[in-house]
Amino acid sequence: MKNLDPLKLYTDMLRIRFVEETISQEYSKQEMRCPVHLSIGQEAIPVGVSSRLTISDQIVSAHRSHAHYLAKGCDLKKMISELFGKVDGCCRGKGGSMHLFDLEGGQIAAVPIVGSSIPIGTGVALGLKRQKKPGIVVIYLGEGATEEGVFSESLDFAKLQNLPVLFVCENNLYSVYTPLGSRQDSKRSIIDIAKAHGISAISGDGNDVIEVQKLTSNAIIEINTHSTPFLLELSTYRWLEHCGPNFDDHLKYRQDGELSNWMERCPIKKLKLHLEKNHLINNRIENKIIEKIKLEISEAFEHARKSSFPDPTELFLHVYAPREIE
Amino acid sequence: MSRELSYTEAILEATDQALHEDSKVMLLGLGVPDPKGIFGTTLGLQEKYGEDRVFDTPTAENGVTGVAIGAALTGMRPIITHQRVEFSLLGIEQLINQAAKWFYMTGGKASVPLVVRSIIGRGWGQGPQHSQSLESWFAHVPGLKVIMPSNPYDAKGLLTAAVRDNNPVVMLEHRWLHNTFGPVPEGNYEIQIGKAKIAQKGDDITIVSYSYMMVEALRCASILAKCGINAEVIDLRSIRPLDESTILKSVSKTGRLLTIDNGWSKYGIGSEIVSLVAEKRLKFLKSPPIRVGPNDVPIPSTRALANLVYPSTYEILKSVEKSLGKELLGMNWDNLPKVEDTPDKTFQGPF
Ligand SMILES: Cc1ncc(C[n+]2csc(CCOP(=O)(O)OP(=O)(O)O)c2C)c(N)n1
Ligand SMILES: [Mg+2]
Repeated sequence: MKNLDPLKLYTDMLRIRFVEETISQEYSKQEMRCPVHLSIGQEAIPVGVSSRLTISDQIVSAHRSHAHYLAKGCDLKKMISELFGKVDGCCRGKGGSMHLFDLEGGQIAAVPIVGSSIPIGTGVALGLKRQKKPGIVVIYLGEGATEEGVFSESLDFAKLQNLPVLFVCENNLYSVYTPLGSRQDSKRSIIDIAKAHGISAISGDGNDVIEVQKLTSNAIIEINTHSTPFLLELSTYRWLEHCGPNFDDHLKYRQDGELSNWMERCPIKKLKLHLEKNHLINNRIENKIIEKIKLEISEAFEHARKSSFPDPTELFLHVYAPREIE
Repeated sequence: MSRELSYTEAILEATDQALHEDSKVMLLGLGVPDPKGIFGTTLGLQEKYGEDRVFDTPTAENGVTGVAIGAALTGMRPIITHQRVEFSLLGIEQLINQAAKWFYMTGGKASVPLVVRSIIGRGWGQGPQHSQSLESWFAHVPGLKVIMPSNPYDAKGLLTAAVRDNNPVVMLEHRWLHNTFGPVPEGNYEIQIGKAKIAQKGDDITIVSYSYMMVEALRCASILAKCGINAEVIDLRSIRPLDESTILKSVSKTGRLLTIDNGWSKYGIGSEIVSLVAEKRLKFLKSPPIRVGPNDVPIPSTRALANLVYPSTYEILKSVEKSLGKELLGMNWDNLPKVEDTPDKTFQGPF
């Protein structure tokens, strides 16, 4: 959260990478029995965006939400327990990986029905504004989600009501196995769609965390000074399969060399070069960072493993909210 | 009829033959030509029939449903696919307000020959938004037909009939059936929509089910047989139109009724059947009808709770006991299969 220190950005990206890699490695043990949409390769966007957010800002995510959740400062232990289906998970095990949420951390929703998070996030902003509560709302969406009708409906609504929304489109070129070219005309510009709704928009390199941070800073200034929504379209790439722990390049839905090119453009590697050039990192510092992250992760997994499953009586709990909610 | 196919292959073959037989048939949906081909049900079809007839779509279910309806109005016969029935809900307005009304609303002058294939998820922690069985939503609407085949033979025959039908037909496929095998004839054939099948004959109790729950129903029936109880098991095949006469005839004979729903029992298919029997055969009933189905809660992700949602063999057999009003003799209650979060050991997740 709100931090300009590039070493902190590095630490945050590395932490997400290691969490996702650990999930990927441990998945075959079949303790985490829920679909997982991993974010390896896409760490710079949430880390860059969240580095400019405060505790009163909220984020809304979709199916691929681990990185958003962690970058915002939501609880790692509760996330891993949720993946294990345990009662101390962030949704008491009822949601799984696709429904991570942490009110204290500021991830108010993660919605795996593509596009459905966009109007919900817009509504969160409406609620904040009407109640004169501080903060902006970041709505993360894939480029696939811009194909759903609610995308433009929400843009229109957000602009009409001048809501404090930052739409962050993570354009990773694919919706499951279907490439962008089979879904959108090459002239269709997500930026222009936003602009056509009266919303300022800009695109950038989503694998460059410093750039993401700058773009986010400017966007937030615009949102706050002109009281208007803003859209960022950031290019990035998912390394692993759409859903699950493995690489799936053998399926050949991506062109030869495409993945390796993008792996060359690894956001973590890129920042490391920058840090080295400016003598902000050395082996000793890096090892210390890695050691700390690994310890935290192994503690979270150990914790999840030891936690209990929800009691059978929980099945019938929480279908309806009572008048008084604790 | 000795050749065996999987449910997946049966759907693929029916689609292939439909595309071959009628140049107006087209197949569209997100992922249709991708390397996984909607769990294998559309593999190779684009290569065979070309991109004009078999094609990918944007992630835009509402639009795609409406577009398919429009194309159908010009004489095309679209099949659209949804990897989960929940995604089809984005197009529910088009389906219910538009497609289902068209023939009636135009005084019989224009119809919408459309097939909407949607998959029902279950297990592996897919949770509240990817595991619902929503057949009663669709079945509620006059003008829609709803089919839910339980085996490869029915899948091929019902899908073939659906494509040839001049009405919008919703086909709901349970994900846990895709990898089940059974005999399927090579040529194309139709199974009449609206006609149930007596999957097993019996005199003691009528069990009505459909889709994946037929696997449970038949398993229970064979356990019951060992206890000397002969259940008549009806596989609905079609949810709407409902084959009322087959159900009524059976209940007249057995005097007992147990329904096993895939979706929630309340306001569900079982409820419709119990109402039908209450209205038309009340005096034949020897005991109150019983509805079994998933518990009346959203489907949680964690297997610790999700496994409690679905009807178990134990629960079904106990319901039979209740209906019969006597204990099942020689039952080994401890050895029954438990509810799992996977259909078989090879299944490692939903995609
Ligand atoms: C309404 C709806 N349609 C289809 C799906 C299946 N689905 C899950 S994630 C996904 C990909 C969406 O692509 P994008 O928004 O670009 O996100 P990415 O996976 O690339 O991060 C799809 C199609 C869904 N969950 N909801
Ligand atoms: Mg994408």
